[in-house]
Amino acid sequence: MKGRSVPKQLLNRFAPYLLVIAAFAAVRAVQARVGLSSSFEGQLIPICCYIVMAVSLNLVVGISGELSLGHAGFMSVGAFSGVIAATALQSSISSGLVRLAVAMAVGALCAGVAGMIIGVPVLRLRGDYLAIVTLAFGEIIKNVINCLYIGYDSGGLHFSFKSEADLHLAEGGAAIIKGPMGATGVTKLSTFTVGFILVLIALFVVINMIHSRSGRAIMALRDNRIAAESVGIGATKYKLMAFVTSAVLSGSAGALYALNYSSVVAKKFDFNTSILILVFVVLGGMGNICGSVVAAAFLTILPELLRKLNLENLRMLVYAIVLILVMIATNNPILKGALNHLWERITRRTARAEKGEKVQ
Amino acid sequence: MDFLYNLINGISLGSIYAIIALGYTMVYGIAKMLNFAHGDVIMVGAYICFFAVSSFNMPPVVGVLLAMAVCTVLGIVIERLAYKPLRQAPSLAVLITAIGVSYFLQNAALLLWKSDPKVFPSVVGNDVIKLPNGLPITYITMVTVLACVVIMVALTLFTSRTKMGKAMRACSEDKAAAQLMGINVNTTISMTFAIGSALAAVAGVLLCSAYPALMPTTGSLPGIKAFTAAVFGGIGSIPGALLGGILLGVIEIFARAYISTQLSDAIVFAVLILVLLVRPTGLLGKQVSEKV
Amino acid sequence: MSMPKREPTKLVPVPNPNIIPERDVDKSPILEARHLGIDFGGLTAVSDFNMAIGRTEIAGLIGPNGAGKTTVFNLLTKVYQPTRGSILMDGIDTAGKTTVQVNRMGIARTFQNIRLFSNLTVEENVKIGLHNYIKYGAVQGIFRLPGYWKEERIAGERTMELLSIFDMQDLARDKAGSLPYGVQRRLEIVRALATNPALLLLDEPAAGMNPSETAELMENIVKIRDTFQIAILLIEHDMNLVMGICEGIGVLNFGQVIAKGTPEEIQNNPEVIKAYLGSGKGE
Repeated sequence: MKGRSVPKQLLNRFAPYLLVIAAFAAVRAVQARVGLSSSFEGQLIPICCYIVMAVSLNLVVGISGELSLGHAGFMSVGAFSGVIAATALQSSISSGLVRLAVAMAVGALCAGVAGMIIGVPVLRLRGDYLAIVTLAFGEIIKNVINCLYIGYDSGGLHFSFKSEADLHLAEGGAAIIKGPMGATGVTKLSTFTVGFILVLIALFVVINMIHSRSGRAIMALRDNRIAAESVGIGATKYKLMAFVTSAVLSGSAGALYALNYSSVVAKKFDFNTSILILVFVVLGGMGNICGSVVAAAFLTILPELLRKLNLENLRMLVYAIVLILVMIATNNPILKGALNHLWERITRRTARAEKGEKVQ
Repeated sequence: MDFLYNLINGISLGSIYAIIALGYTMVYGIAKMLNFAHGDVIMVGAYICFFAVSSFNMPPVVGVLLAMAVCTVLGIVIERLAYKPLRQAPSLAVLITAIGVSYFLQNAALLLWKSDPKVFPSVVGNDVIKLPNGLPITYITMVTVLACVVIMVALTLFTSRTKMGKAMRACSEDKAAAQLMGINVNTTISMTFAIGSALAAVAGVLLCSAYPALMPTTGSLPGIKAFTAAVFGGIGSIPGALLGGILLGVIEIFARAYISTQLSDAIVFAVLILVLLVRPTGLLGKQVSEKV
Repeated sequence: MSMPKREPTKLVPVPNPNIIPERDVDKSPILEARHLGIDFGGLTAVSDFNMAIGRTEIAGLIGPNGAGKTTVFNLLTKVYQPTRGSILMDGIDTAGKTTVQVNRMGIARTFQNIRLFSNLTVEENVKIGLHNYIKYGAVQGIFRLPGYWKEERIAGERTMELLSIFDMQDLARDKAGSLPYGVQRRLEIVRALATNPALLLLDEPAAGMNPSETAELMENIVKIRDTFQIAILLIEHDMNLVMGICEGIGVLNFGQVIAKGTPEEIQNNPEVIKAYLGSGKGE
């Protein structure tokens, strides 16, 4: 493939930002004039979270080339640590916005630490075995949080695996995480604007990392690990970099997600959620950041759209069929060749129309 | 006394995982794909048997055979419609498609049979025999272990002695070369899915006989666990599936009994991780090194 | 028919001393392999391999197919760890070192089956070779601090210089996977050179090239040695190339060195002739 011209390259790089900003502006405009349906309003913040999750997972799966099946685990760690931070700081910090920011930072940090702890052993494995271990870790995180009791009082945080009573909280203290019931009575702090900013931050970090020395190293390791090592690039260091960065972003998204609801349980961040995000990444195109944004947003809205079309019962069924058909359409060589051919004819026609016909 | 009881239960549960794991490992060995829909085929098999026995009052054996027949057809249909067009595609694309099929099966079951748990009648009744030391063992436990042993032996003989079995082994080594030798790769792959799905039906029946609540999501978690068992034992290896499955079942039951019921799943997965870190290709897996 | 004289490619000397560190030029060998050997289970692939390569020598390693030549390369670059013997790189033992560490010590290589980063551009492939010489960290990269812009610019200039060895500057933004075979081979050499090696290992660099391309390659290899003052060890089957530019040649058969010497000595060595052609007595 001939190299793209510089302006086209820049457009590719900034397309995700433009798309997200345009979408945000559009939503705000519609909200001001006509107002959005309540179900759609309720989806705004989750869409932001899922976009960040998809972009961060794309860093691991598309750019680093490692299949991670437990990504919801990082979201979970971020969610619950964010809730703990937000609730524990309720008395000290009055501004909801600042509490939200702190919670997201705490979520990011905790998820990052988890990413480091998990990444160091896991990234030594290859292919399907790495996938299985990430799946296992995701399940472990879900299981452990499900049994966890965390409360706080004037003395600080208390942990227990047995029961709420076992926390021995002092007067004025309260349990934040109550085992299988998760976190309840959480003050909703998340806003769509904050979600939008988080998406921009995620895009900034991921896109800039890709177009830097570290990104090149990560992609080189993906394309040909042995060759990359032969030119002095350490595999563990850079794979870990992608993994931990991805975990940090997911943790932040998790905190935002949790603080959008009054209660959240660990079962929400299970294998199905991990797979959901993986579907966003694969459908949007591996390594294609713009694609992840579009796929995450579209596929989160799709079930709601189908509900509107009174296909309530068939909703998930149609979703599954659409998924299968799209995968076959985009991967079957015969179909793919036909579609590519069609695309080239269209782009050639428009290019010629713009420039005017050139005599051969 | 307790120990023996838990061990037997563990082996029984492990046998079910082993039978399911076989389906995963055979398909992976030959078609090089992770068939995520496998767990849901188990569920379908269980439902077919349930309706055969409860609604149509067929004898349990007929119910099982019917379930096997339906699942075999289902497996072949899935393979032809969803996986065959993607033979040349990257493995991640096939994985996502398999996930789509899994979602499809679960939601179709939800539509057809609703989400309320059905009480599955045990196919061998609920009789119990008592061992000399007074330990009670249910019929279903014994039948499960026996079924697992029989299936393993049959499968090993099949792959080593019969023409189709050898064709399967050839395809798992090198599809192109197998084709050049006159082996019909399409038929071989379909056969693999057929066998795997039939086994899934058996596993579904045995699973629901031992743990009677049946819902559209019943196959999901055992499917994941059996998948990890297959990788644990070394993906692509039939004895590995057996070993991985049994070990996983035993570890799960022991964790539940001696450590904590809620954390038992976490413990099982933690053991898996530890083993894979020590033996990165699973217990009986092949060490494949890249040629430079 | 005489080949038209090509303008020698203009090689710009190193502009920035920070990228290429100073290297002493003295007379000790850059690489010494002593009794090197490796067993794969029951199979001994290489045994008692001894070789010394001068600091600016162009050396050759030849032998029939399956003799173990690429295995020697893999041993030198620690893709396999030797089971016997030692490798001294500039006097320092490389025992226990990894591929990455040994590259930092100054060995770079190309591969028999080309290993490029096919989804990246030509320019990016070379920049990855420069990776350890580009001095900014992940944080500076993400936040686009001044260090990023400066180092990327220098790296870009250095990349163009390196590409100019083979006249490949115009291909900088093409995807590596889309290049013709011969160009891919040359890109691999450029990428290896970017790591600033003291010893360059070339695995069948002329494979798939026609005689005029091979002649050009021969010139370029000598020019690389003269400009960068490095040692080069190459595996080749093309005898014109080997006898034409190599100063010392080792012959490998069944994992063992059966002859060593200058091209003239090797050409007349009966063991070498027997290894390639057989003894002719109907064995």
